[in-house]
Parts: sequence; structure tokens; C-alpha cells
Amino acid sequence: MTRRQLKRWALRSGFTLLLLSIVLFSVYPFYYAILTSFKSSSELFNVSYLISRLDFSNYGAVLSQDSFLQSFSNSVLVSTLTVVISLLFGLTAAYALGRVDFRGRGSVLLIVLAVSMFPQVAVLSGLFEVIRGLNLYNNPFGLVFSYTIFTLPFTVWVLTTFMRQLPKELEEAAIVDGATPLVVLFKVFVPLMWPAMATTGLLAFIAAWNEFLFALTFTLTDDQRTVPVAIAMISGGSAYELPWGIIMAASVLVTIPLVVLVLIFQRRIVSGLTAGAVKG
Amino acid sequence: MTQSSSELTVAATAAGVPYRRGRLVRQRVRMAWMFLIPMLILLAAVAGWPLLRTIWFSFTDASLGDTSGYNLIGFENYLVYEDGVWYGLLADPEWWNAVKNTLFFTVVSVSLETVLGLIVALSLNARFPLRGLVRAAILIPWAIPTIVSAKMWGWMLHDQFGIINHMLMGLGFIDTPLAWTANPDLSMWAVIMVDVWKTTPFMALLTLAALQMLPSDCYEAARVDGIHPIQVFFKVTLPLIAPALMVAIIFRVLDALRVFDLIFVLTSNSTATMSMSVYARQQLVEFQDVGYGSAASTVLFLIIALCTLAYLYLGRKRMGADA
Repeated sequence: MTRRQLKRWALRSGFTLLLLSIVLFSVYPFYYAILTSFKSSSELFNVSYLISRLDFSNYGAVLSQDSFLQSFSNSVLVSTLTVVISLLFGLTAAYALGRVDFRGRGSVLLIVLAVSMFPQVAVLSGLFEVIRGLNLYNNPFGLVFSYTIFTLPFTVWVLTTFMRQLPKELEEAAIVDGATPLVVLFKVFVPLMWPAMATTGLLAFIAAWNEFLFALTFTLTDDQRTVPVAIAMISGGSAYELPWGIIMAASVLVTIPLVVLVLIFQRRIVSGLTAGAVKG
Repeated sequence: MTQSSSELTVAATAAGVPYRRGRLVRQRVRMAWMFLIPMLILLAAVAGWPLLRTIWFSFTDASLGDTSGYNLIGFENYLVYEDGVWYGLLADPEWWNAVKNTLFFTVVSVSLETVLGLIVALSLNARFPLRGLVRAAILIPWAIPTIVSAKMWGWMLHDQFGIINHMLMGLGFIDTPLAWTANPDLSMWAVIMVDVWKTTPFMALLTLAALQMLPSDCYEAARVDGIHPIQVFFKVTLPLIAPALMVAIIFRVLDALRVFDLIFVLTSNSTATMSMSVYARQQLVEFQDVGYGSAASTVLFLIIALCTLAYLYLGRKRMGADA
């Protein structure tokens, strides 16, 4: 009996240890970034494991840079517009794909799925030409345009899956009442689709906020950059002397909005990720 | 939807008004295409046309400064034989080095992520207090922008002041600090470590979703028969979640094959870690050689297209099994 209890106790503490190491491994690097961001430049080179003193000079340095604030607002603008455009185009497409049966439906879904697999670098030179042709080079709207390549496919995919699950009686009643397709979509379906729209919108926002390759290639000047590029470009007096405190403060500022979003909408994001991948 | 519309037609024929129903259906199909066209045009402008242009550019000597003036040069960007020497992408050892790096990175990091993701998912599938909190914690690496994680780890792996060297020296594993990101023997492992940290949550969540859909009766039967948990895992759990796990692995493989930001920021243009995407972008933007860079992009696209076809094939097989 005691041996059995001992075994149980060992198993349970082993499991707790495993969980603790999972949490520590996941959270510690970000915690260490926060810790570093609160160090003055002289403390930076003493390794410590706990926050001892709050020094806000790095945050002051980041926030006093106009270019960083400009990048931050560019990121907000680009990510928000990307979400709006993907949802708008995604909703109309999902209505057609989810509610109407027509020849070619399967092919359209296949095309959408194929585009989501595109390596971004494969379209880089062609897209560069298109963006320059549209006069959108070094312009946040050019980024919004290019970001639809990865946000639109999964928006269409997830919204279509969701739209197909809604009962058809809703739509039939509205059509009998003489509603046009646009009215049906925006007055009948959209109010029911908030959960799916919130999920896809969040995923699109995070993807656009984090994107780097297009942002790096299609912008040129500091005032048009988004935050990932701005952080990658922070440099010190020489290549060997990066201002790590400032980089970490900027990183924390950029990541906090996302971490808050993720913690609030945890369930939603998980369901969106699994709907996008597993049901595909 | 297939079902409901065929029901509609059947109902229409039964009611004896095929003409009116037919017109309504046709009207509805036209409406569907009207609703699809904006999305299709956008996808064509942002993906289809640029892809065709990239492939076209790969047969030219275009440069980034002026993409309008160029000559068609056939397959010279890919492979050409001149004065007894092979030139072109397919004869460039640096390209093959990038291919080798990308494949090594993909195989090692996706395998590690699958195993670790499975362990995390199995732990999260058990009932314990604060489970929601642990699940939220593992989402954090996923939410952090790749650039930020590259910078964060770059600092943690710093050769003189990094905490990783400090820890390893404190524990007595190493005597002198290691130059994780600069040493060509270590830098690929540093990249893999950061990638595993960042994407294991994705694998874990997808695996967890599959685990939660498993029927409980198999487990009850196994328990009644007194089968060892490890045997249950390999004989029951793994075969049941294998299809979902396969889809998640292919997703990650496609993602890993196009890796760019992490490597670009963590180790910049070091040849020890250069991936196919980094190579293509370097040719295209830094050396302004659109033709050659496009050739590299095209080959990368072909590799990923092959993997996508494999995915679609598997997906169709799964859907067929479901139906």
C-alpha cells in the first residue's frame, strides 16, 4: 500500500515538475526581455535572474524617438486595415462559397488553399513590380495590399466553414421577405458570425503585426516602417555594441498588446488555429 | 450545401415548377460569382500575377533598379555551360548550401516540435488545477513577433553577457562562453532552438485539439484490460491522432521551408545558416539581380508546391475517409 502511494506521489510530482518546466520554458524568455528592459546601461552586463530595480530610462529613450512612435502607428494602421479588408472580401466570398452550390466551387476553394501555402519570397519580385506600378512603394497601403496574400486565404477558409454550419431556414425566410443577397449577408449572417469574425480578425491582426519580409522589402524610409522592421534596424555606435536595453524595451512595447489580446481571447484563437488547420 | 440544393431541385421537380426554380438557382449562382469576384481579383493581383511575373523574370536579366528594361536569356539563370564551366543557380554551391541548410533546419526543428508538442499536448490533456493558466502561458511564445523572439534570444545567447552562457557555466557544462550566433558550428542550432521555442505551442495546440476529439471508450476498454499506459499511447492514441498530426506536420514543414525572418535577424547573412528564402532575397534586393533571385524563388516555389500537392492528396484522402 505504501509503495503504491509512493509511486503515485512520485508520478504526481514528476508531472508537476514537467508542467513547471513547460511554463518556465514558455514564459522565461519574455520575462527576461522585460527584466533587461528595466536595466540601466551599466547594469546591463551583470547577468541577473530577478528584477531588482525599475529603471525606465530605456522606455524613455524608445518613446522619445519620433520614428518609433511613427512605426507604431504605422503598424496599428496597417494591421487594422488588413483586418478590415480581409474580413470584407472574406465575408462576401464565404457567403458565396458557404451558402451556394455551384460548379467550380471546389476549384475556388482549392485555389484559396493553394495561395495560403505560397512562400512569400516566391512572389517578391513580381509583387515589387505591382506595388511600384500602383505607386504604393514605401507606403503603408502597399503593405496592406500585400498582406492580403496571407490573411485572405485563411479568413475565407474559416468563415466559409463557419457559414456552412448556419441553418438555411434563416436565409430562406429573409429571401421570401424579398431581401437582396447583400442584405441577407450583412443583416442576417454577419450578426451571427461575430465569433468567427473575431477569431479570424485576431489571427489576421497578429499575422499583419508580426510580418517582416514584405515590410522590410516594400518600405524604404524610417517614417513608413512598421515596428518589426524598426526593431530589427535599431543599432548602436558600432555593429558590436547593440543597445540591448532599448531593443528590449521596444520589443516589450510591441509585444504587450499581442500578449494581452492572446490572454483575453485565448479560447477564440485556439479554436481559430485548429479550424484553419485541422478542418482544412 | 450540396445536399440542401439537391433537395431544393428535387422539391421543385416534385412541385412541378422546374422552370421557376431553375431560374432562381441560376440567379443564385450568378450572385455567388458576383460575390466571389472581388476576392478572386484581389488574390490574382496579390498572388497569381506576381507569381507569374516572378517565373517570367527568372528567364530574364532584369535588375531591381529598372524592372522594365531586360532581355530574355532563357535558362541562363538556372544553368548554363560556358567555356567548360557550369554557371547558374543549379551550379552555385552557395545555393546548394542554402538548400541543405533549409532542409536540415526543417527536418530537425519540425521533428523536435512534433515530439515536444506531443508531450505538452498530452500534459495539457490531463485534468489538473490551473490548466487554463498553463495553456495561456504556452500561447505566449506563439504570439511574440518572430523579430522580437529573434532579438530576445539573440540577447540571451549573447557570447559575453548572455544568460544562457551564464547558466551553462554556472552549472559547469562549459568552461568558456560559446559564441552561439557567430560560431558556424553552433549558429544553426541556435536558430533551431529559437524556432522550436516559438512554434512548439502551435504543434501542441493542434495535437491537443486532436486528443480532445478522441472517443473515451477505447481508453475504458484498455483500462479494463489492464494495458500499460505507454502501450496504450503507442497502440491507441498515436494511430488515432496520426492523421491530424500529419496535417499539422505538413503545415509546419511548409512554414519551415520558407523560413526567413528568424534567420535574417538572428544570424543575418552568415552562410552557415542561410536559408533558401534568405538567399533569394539577398540576390534580389541586395545584389539587385531580379533575374537570378527570381530563379531561386521559382525553385523554392516548386519545392513547396510539391509539398502542397502531397498535403492536398493527404487531405483529400482524409476527407474521403470521413465521408
